[in-house]
Amino acid sequence: MFPKGTKRKFSDPGEEPVSEEDQVPVTPSVAARTLTSAYSLQRQSLLDMSLIKLQLCHMLVEPNLCRSVLIANTVRQIQEEMTQDGTWQIMTQALAAAQCPADRLVATEVLCRQTDPAGQSPKPCSGAGLEEGYHAEEVVMEGDVETEVTMSTLSPVSPQLSSASYLAGPFGMGPCWEEEEEDGECEEDEEDDSEECASESEEGDRDHLSPDTRTGEQVFGTFEIKHPAPPPDPALEELFSDVDPSYYDLDTVLTGMQSAPKMGPYDLLESLSSHGPTALSSSSSCRSDLNELDHIMEIIVGS
Amino acid sequence: MEEESDTRKINNSFLREHNYATEADIISTVEFNSSGELLATGDKGGRVVVFQREQESKSQPQRRGEYNVYSTFQSHEPEFDYLKSLEIEEKINKIKWLPQQNAAYFLLSTNDKTVKLWKISERDKRPEGYNLKDDDGRIRDPSTITSLRVPVLQPMDLMVEATARRVFSNAHMYHINSISVNSDYQTYISTDDLRVNLWNLEITDRSFNIVDIKPANMEELTEVITSAEFHPQQCHTFAYSSSKGSIRLCDMREAALCDKHCKYFEEPEDPSTRSFFSEIISSISDVKFSHNGRYLMTRDYLTVKVWDLQMENKPLETYQVHDYLRGKLCSLYENDCIFDKFECVWNGSDSVIMTGSYNNFFRMFDRNTKRDVTLEASRENSKPRAILKPRKVCVGGKRRKDEISVDSLDFSKKILHTTWHPHENIIAVAATNNLYIFQDKVN
Repeated sequence: MFPKGTKRKFSDPGEEPVSEEDQVPVTPSVAARTLTSAYSLQRQSLLDMSLIKLQLCHMLVEPNLCRSVLIANTVRQIQEEMTQDGTWQIMTQALAAAQCPADRLVATEVLCRQTDPAGQSPKPCSGAGLEEGYHAEEVVMEGDVETEVTMSTLSPVSPQLSSASYLAGPFGMGPCWEEEEEDGECEEDEEDDSEECASESEEGDRDHLSPDTRTGEQVFGTFEIKHPAPPPDPALEELFSDVDPSYYDLDTVLTGMQSAPKMGPYDLLESLSSHGPTALSSSSSCRSDLNELDHIMEIIVGS
Repeated sequence: MEEESDTRKINNSFLREHNYATEADIISTVEFNSSGELLATGDKGGRVVVFQREQESKSQPQRRGEYNVYSTFQSHEPEFDYLKSLEIEEKINKIKWLPQQNAAYFLLSTNDKTVKLWKISERDKRPEGYNLKDDDGRIRDPSTITSLRVPVLQPMDLMVEATARRVFSNAHMYHINSISVNSDYQTYISTDDLRVNLWNLEITDRSFNIVDIKPANMEELTEVITSAEFHPQQCHTFAYSSSKGSIRLCDMREAALCDKHCKYFEEPEDPSTRSFFSEIISSISDVKFSHNGRYLMTRDYLTVKVWDLQMENKPLETYQVHDYLRGKLCSLYENDCIFDKFECVWNGSDSVIMTGSYNNFFRMFDRNTKRDVTLEASRENSKPRAILKPRKVCVGGKRRKDEISVDSLDFSKKILHTTWHPHENIIAVAATNNLYIFQDKVN
């Protein structure tokens, strides 16, 4: 797809004016291919970075609302741009096609993308939040109702959702599961649930089964441990021990490479063509941790 | 556990020698009182330390009044919100002094959720000769008392005590970012991310909400309040800044709820510099009225702007604080430095403005001469009573001898909090856990 030996150079997106971007609105795949690879890569890594920032909320202290809002706005801006040039469609379609359905929970979005698309063990996930946002852009639905619908209709055989959803994995378990997983694992990248959540829980209107309450907590700060679960912190530390340091390593950023390779649009396209698993080996330790966590959660919830 | 220490190593790698003992000592706010006699600092551990200026002695005219510790007290304690299973930090976000009306000093200090009014008073006499108890305080056996005496006030060593006179709590769902005392000296406002509340200094069990930008549907939240301040003379006017780079001036006489601003200050975005970070760097971290009440100063990530209250569509003056960071925004976003909230401050005559930067640098801009200077607050580079040498950051190309290159800047050494004496050229600068006080050289 790209000429061999093309070097991906990291340059600050702040320096690059938007106009540099190449846009050919023929078909989504064509548009993606003609995008300046450096710009798209930077944009993708910025999106990844933002999503991780949103999900890695401080567990003990309420996260800074201003920071969360600014990051969420940045994510929205990137998504809008990616939707406009069709990259978004490719990514979601590729993910949907690549991931196999499973009836266990899928993890955070980033971890999902690191999953071997050939269908390794899925991770507990909070895709609702993500899908929420995209629904907002594509379908324009309102808060509560939408999330309820999302939750209940997510299944391995919901084609309309899977194509639109970033996370192809279904939610086999009920909402209360996700709440457990939520505390820390969940990533929240969309403002939709999160803000609503914060307000709901802040006002004491706690619907324990509402995914809104759950996802909002992550970003906009009002965590609630609804079940007498053991503190997720140690598990969380382990979970993100692989993700955290490399992500916050300035050197890594400056070289434009991450230890855990991100699936950018090009990776997706590659995986589509090769029909094989992408080289995402570093997530194996994450996966085993997540399996353990799954197991613990199962015991606690008693399902 | 192993991972934790790894993380810490990585984080420490871009901290050079860190000389602070604990994180609790990190200074989080500094403020002179209205006479400049006292300087208060708040830290991350919830403590307030008040410094008092020495009386200038006639015998040593060269030795100008230095600031010494006057009082130290624990203002806020860490709390746990059981409802949300979250810790409430004891870090002091802001301190504001009340004007002095008697021998005691009063200040407001706030953490994320609670504002407290503290009274700092001196005691240099104590009553001695009680009938029912000893001077030690032990109760005397009534059967041993054979005569009555009148207690007498005896001098004692000066003791400065701080007592909490009011606690204003449970009014904020979000984190308080600023407090501001009204010029009527009866009310004050406390501001969190979404609301501004008006309090009477005497009444702690209720406050009035005067600004509420919380959307009905939180999904639509895209903007938060970052700071608010009362006008220095007009007791009905206040301003608040937002994360989108706008400032709203409100008049409390118009309506009980000041959601409709009477003035809206925003500079249109320059399309040529637009990037994914444009919004983040436009977020205003501090807003300050000038002493004369005619101007507003705002600080965003890269600039300080002075606004004329009569002109809403663009600032009067824009000063570049550290424009060399414009090319590093992605890295600064990655390490969260882009979210640092720098404060800005006017001098007493509104002719010079000051704000902090990284590498323990702080910048001063003279509005009249248009000259600016970069100074550094560090022990290595300045001995006591030495004149501060101007610093320069080299942007590219050849670096001169005393210059420092952008890549060598220490982003962990940031000066977020500074304050200027109300009448004299004395400034206090907080550099992590160190407080620096600089004065004009006496000739």
